[in-house]
Amino acid sequence: MTKKIKNLNLNFGPQHPAAHGVLRLILELDGEVVEKADPHIGLLHRGTEKLIENKTYMQAVPYFDRLDYVAPMNQEHAFALAVEKILKIDVPIRAQYIRVIFCEIGRILSHILNITTQAMDVGALTPTLWGFEEREKLMGFYERVSGSRLHANYFRAGGVHQDLPQGLEEDITKFCESFPNIINDLESLLTDNRIFKQRNVDIGVVTKQDALDYSFSGVMIRGSGVPWDLRKSQPYDCYENLEFKIPVGKNGDCYDRYLCRIEEMKESISIIKQCLSKMEKGPIKSLDGKISPPPKKEIKQSMEALIHHFKLFTEGYRVPKDEIYTAVEAPKGEFGVYLISDGSSKPYKCKIRAPGFSHLQSMDYLIKGHMLADVPAVLGSLDIVFGEVDR
Amino acid sequence: MKNLEDLEKKINSELTTKINNTEIKHNQIYIETDKEDMVDVAIFLKTNQDTKFRQLIDITVVDYPEQNQRFEVVYLFLSHEFNQRIVLKYSISENEVIPSLTSIFPAANWMEREVFDMYGVSFKDHPDLRRILTDYGFEGHPLRKDFPLTGHTEVRYSEDEKKVISEPVKLEQNFRNFDYESPWEGTKYIKDEIEGNDKKN
Repeated sequence: MTKKIKNLNLNFGPQHPAAHGVLRLILELDGEVVEKADPHIGLLHRGTEKLIENKTYMQAVPYFDRLDYVAPMNQEHAFALAVEKILKIDVPIRAQYIRVIFCEIGRILSHILNITTQAMDVGALTPTLWGFEEREKLMGFYERVSGSRLHANYFRAGGVHQDLPQGLEEDITKFCESFPNIINDLESLLTDNRIFKQRNVDIGVVTKQDALDYSFSGVMIRGSGVPWDLRKSQPYDCYENLEFKIPVGKNGDCYDRYLCRIEEMKESISIIKQCLSKMEKGPIKSLDGKISPPPKKEIKQSMEALIHHFKLFTEGYRVPKDEIYTAVEAPKGEFGVYLISDGSSKPYKCKIRAPGFSHLQSMDYLIKGHMLADVPAVLGSLDIVFGEVDR
Repeated sequence: MKNLEDLEKKINSELTTKINNTEIKHNQIYIETDKEDMVDVAIFLKTNQDTKFRQLIDITVVDYPEQNQRFEVVYLFLSHEFNQRIVLKYSISENEVIPSLTSIFPAANWMEREVFDMYGVSFKDHPDLRRILTDYGFEGHPLRKDFPLTGHTEVRYSEDEKKVISEPVKLEQNFRNFDYESPWEGTKYIKDEIEGNDKKN
């Protein structure tokens, strides 16, 4: 007698600790082998793009913090660059360095979270505890410069909101001295770890061609051996003046992507050090009174400053009619903003291109034929944050 | 081609009638085409040795409700080889069905689903055209300009029915859109008056 065996449909999430947020993944299982994966997203959809259309350019910035909430300032950067290019304003050099420092801090924040939680997904608890101690310090820097640990709202079109507080440069320098040891500690736990390698090597392999077809970017494409980094290929702000290397993987599996992230953190530290040594005193935002608000002291004495202040915080600055696509190399890949302005003080349209959206889309292709236990490993190495996938 | 002007010339000379207009701004090429020619243009951009736009970065739609052809469909392409970006666009009217790019760029799948979800633009030959970002059973297309910011329905847990129910949005105060335009330049009604006077004179 023959028995018919039906495939099992399994709901992975939306409340699964390894789903990294609110992913509902519907898996079709043949025994323990995944036949098909259908990710259902949108459980964190907040309509960011719609909200931005109804806010002035300055009010739109905080929404970018809430996209990829583990590296907030990188997103703000893309929006600030887009507006600057349409307005054709220059950013003072000190502001550029400050922005790059905090973007690299964001990159480290994101990579620590990703590496350690990926390790936790495959069974290692200690890296999380060690890594999060460092994240706490970095978020402390965020807090000192912007007033909040996560939702910074610090970058502006034309520069940054305010200058670094006293002593912050020294403290970041100190952090740069101590952090490489932490990376070494993390590596000693993971890189040669037998279990970690068994769970990650040759899992979720992405070929070069598929990385292009599925519009991968960031670590996902570099892990497959394509040396593509927007900081090098289409440099923005002061990345041109800085020296850094682009780590590239060989096999395109989860393990290579992990190695890329480790190396990128080391490069980020070197970038931050270079910025700190090159930085000089100077203005931190555009001096154009029509775009950046005047200092408090001036408002009390100058009529013009008072008017500017009033206009900026009621109507906001107007942006001439234009359209632009600007992308930055966020920790997760190419984060882009397609901005259409219509001459008023609110964007007509602001499409946000989130790297995680394209990455998660390939889940079905990546996981087909793998075991159920590999799902968290692949998901971990995709580096998904639902704030940006769902927008 | 590394040079943007050369690339623009190349595209214009190879595709001639399929292109309506090209423009270079912000270091990117903006191409206007037609719905019928879009797939050919995309295939050319992807396969030609001098263009090699092998990555589809994003697809989106811009809504201009006052125009005859309401939606403008926008495709963003990237060429790693030549480090160039192209913005390809064409206009369609409200109920037009447009061709899908999923067979040429697999990444188009979710992007087109998002466009369908947010703007209600349908794609022909799309393997799996479902809503993607909005809730199960959602009605309407949120990013259209005529969709209210506050939406139509809100959900809450009903203690009586012991389940999550959705009901029409109730607001203590409606969303207010202030007109901050400078009184010196004239608010809208003054501007209209001035324009009217100009026409009379």
